[in-house]
Amino acid sequence: MTTQTLLHERDRSRQAFLSRSTLLTSLVLIVGMLVVLVLNALPESSAWHVSNATVSLLGKYFTYMLLALAVDLIWGYLGILSLGHGAFFALGGYAMGLYLNAQTSPLPGWQSIMTYFPVAALAVLLAPGLLALVFGWLAFRSRVTGVYFSIITQALTFALMLAFNRNEMGMGGSTGLTRFYELLGFSLASEGMTVALFVASGMAVLLAFWLCRAITVSRLGRVSVATRDAEARVRFIGYRVDHVKLALFVVSAMIAGVAGALYVPQVGIINPSTFAPLFSIEVVVWVALGGRATLYGALLGALVVNYLKTVLTGVMPDAWLFILGGLFVLVTMLLPQGIAGVISTWRGKRHDGEEQDRQEVSA
Amino acid sequence: MTKIQHSTGRSLTRLLTHSMLLCLLMAWGLGINQAAAAAPSEPQAQASSKAEPQAQAEEEPRALLEALDTRSFQAKGDAAQAIAESDAEQKTRWLQALLDGRLGKERRGERFYIVTDDNGREWPIIDAITFEDAGTGTRRTVEAFKINNDLRTRIQGLLASLSLSAGDEASRLAAAERLVGEVTADNADSVRAMRDDEESQSVRGQLDLALALYDVQQGDIDALDTLRGNLDTRVRNTLTPIAAGDSELAAEAQSVLGGIESKRAWYDRAQTLFFGLSAGSILVLAAIGLAITFGVMGVINMAHGELIMIGAYTTWMIQQALPGQPGLALALAIPGGFLVAGAFGVVIERTVIRFLKGRPLETLLATFGLSLILQQLVRSVFSPLNRRVTSPDWLQGAWQINEALSLTLNRLAVLLFCLVVFAGLWALMRYTRLGLEVRAVTQNRAMARAMGVRATRVDMLTFGLGAGVAGLAGVALSQLTNVGPNLGQGYIVDSFLVVVFGGVGNLWGTLVAGMSLGVINQVLQPWVGAVLAKIIVLVGVILFIQKRPQGIFAPKGRTS
Repeated sequence: MTTQTLLHERDRSRQAFLSRSTLLTSLVLIVGMLVVLVLNALPESSAWHVSNATVSLLGKYFTYMLLALAVDLIWGYLGILSLGHGAFFALGGYAMGLYLNAQTSPLPGWQSIMTYFPVAALAVLLAPGLLALVFGWLAFRSRVTGVYFSIITQALTFALMLAFNRNEMGMGGSTGLTRFYELLGFSLASEGMTVALFVASGMAVLLAFWLCRAITVSRLGRVSVATRDAEARVRFIGYRVDHVKLALFVVSAMIAGVAGALYVPQVGIINPSTFAPLFSIEVVVWVALGGRATLYGALLGALVVNYLKTVLTGVMPDAWLFILGGLFVLVTMLLPQGIAGVISTWRGKRHDGEEQDRQEVSA
Repeated sequence: MTKIQHSTGRSLTRLLTHSMLLCLLMAWGLGINQAAAAAPSEPQAQASSKAEPQAQAEEEPRALLEALDTRSFQAKGDAAQAIAESDAEQKTRWLQALLDGRLGKERRGERFYIVTDDNGREWPIIDAITFEDAGTGTRRTVEAFKINNDLRTRIQGLLASLSLSAGDEASRLAAAERLVGEVTADNADSVRAMRDDEESQSVRGQLDLALALYDVQQGDIDALDTLRGNLDTRVRNTLTPIAAGDSELAAEAQSVLGGIESKRAWYDRAQTLFFGLSAGSILVLAAIGLAITFGVMGVINMAHGELIMIGAYTTWMIQQALPGQPGLALALAIPGGFLVAGAFGVVIERTVIRFLKGRPLETLLATFGLSLILQQLVRSVFSPLNRRVTSPDWLQGAWQINEALSLTLNRLAVLLFCLVVFAGLWALMRYTRLGLEVRAVTQNRAMARAMGVRATRVDMLTFGLGAGVAGLAGVALSQLTNVGPNLGQGYIVDSFLVVVFGGVGNLWGTLVAGMSLGVINQVLQPWVGAVLAKIIVLVGVILFIQKRPQGIFAPKGRTS
């Protein structure tokens, strides 16, 4: 490869990275966060005031958006559907939960190393990352693809749910980890902490979005899109398809882990139900509704579905499963491109080269 | 006694006076009792001559009962033995009442009563000798004869030998079984005599066992031969202390015990195998429908578990419609469950899956949505609570093969049902036109269509067939567990593992895989617990498909 093509490539990447959809999404995220912060700072008597509970709720949505990004990275750009991403989310959450528990009372055995924040932060990345590495290596090496991979990931998260339900795991059994009071020496109940966690989650979404963008416009990203569309051809050309898949799968698992770690202090509990297959599969429908292989679609989908869930489970709790089930059916049958697809058709043109790839998405 | 208990807490002086009084009372009572035990007929004779002139006929029974009125348990036991050996007509009932603590004497008077019901304060009582209604008694008026454990054992032995000498074969057998381990020096000779008179083979066997246990306890080595290979727990319990010594007897008992233990271990293994196979047959029933549809259409129906649930609810509804006839309801539920679930399957195929052709992952998501809707539908229409389906009488209970091995009938029936369904499906695939077309589409869809097979029709029928078999799985499952909206939820992962393990679209593979997963799970459970066993099986299957991605039985020939 000559220097010239390399230069040309870097140029193209930069262009794609700074595409309009990236800038717009970043802008919306930043402005949204600032608006919420300003409105939160208004006096409580004001009609525009946003309460701390809402800020905390939005912070939770941010962590869901982060998880949706992780799923979109591998489903949208690699074509592998993981029905077990909740497992990575939960592992990150448990790592954070152990750290938070260690702030109040010393933990027994090996868990005592989780007292230190750098160790805990490392564990948040490494626990899901290592699991994804081992599991992905086994699966991709023997070319487990399609529905096989989906069901095996579901079996994985199901097995972990059973394992974390056991008291012998030392993870609080079926109650999980709770009673969190302090993070980095500050009280979790304080107003400042709510806002800080909201900002941290928002920043994490922004950084992860840029990271995913950088990956998808790089050569790795283009090989992965090629793998999604014609795996055998990419392998015949000489690419190590299993390595490409493994790399993206591990990155995706780590993003999910960070999402879990940010989720736990805002919600105040982590228990084995996070491993439940239903949660993982719900994440998939967020992405499907928002639109695959666009990244911003995943963010949008996570926000829309979770907002609907918050509103509807309050108004008519019995109807929620009907609506969720209906969403699954309607999105797959009528909106295969999701909301993002509707937007781009409506605009009547494509944003960038990415969109063309997305048109080709077949399962 | 009550008075003493009241005063204990109050003052020392009162305590002392009362306890002295109590001592006096006890000494007096003991004296009387000993006199009564020594000469039971004496006070009785006085009483009867005073009270009733026609008491001549009651003379002897009364004497027997009087003998029980003593504080010494040894004397009471002798009195009970005397009763058993007498020819009083009422003796069985007396001994039974004594055993139950319901035979008693009037506190102020000489009459004997049997309490027929000792719930509440006022007990209905009958006269112990004439069995005539005697109104009611209370704790204050009737004092029941007390017995201890030794005495209870002795009375049980007496009752057993009583019913041995009389009654039909069933009650003699029951009595002989009760005698095992209860033979003592007192009744050994009579049991031996009865054994020689006994005609029934099975009763003789039990009596031989009872006598052999007694003889071994007396140090008879030859008697051990009778016990060899006997699985009765009482044999084990008797032999264990004997085998602890280091005499010749102990060594011999040790070897007999070893033989019993290894035989028992074999039967335990057979039991585990049976439980494994019955769990496996449920897995096979759940997975086989999935295997067919996955083989033909390459899609996973995530609502498969909910189709199982629909089959189970159909069983429940048919049973509600036919109260009091669980047998008929179950017979109707088998075609009913198949048709209802099959109809749901055809509807799902026509309305959803047909439009998602060639997009297996989206099919998976859409059918998952359907499963959520079906679950919530059942929750709204029926209730979130579990429903109980009553099994017909002939499916309840267990088939007791011997002491160590018993097969629960409903599990046995499910196992047979699974094999019948499997045989039916296999014949369908092997001998019918539809089976031929299904196999053709499974192997190569494009080629089959080129040969004139209407693949869309095959898709619809296969999906209906797979759903119908799921309904049958639900009917079977309703006989084992309660029916609820979450019934099918857990089965999708397990069923898929069976399909992957056995090889896609392969009936025999599914059968072997389902049964082996069931057995492996059951074998692992006692070692590592239910949860860990499940995890080990999951990890095992994941590792297995590393080695053999096509499952146990790889499909022959080229597949598209």
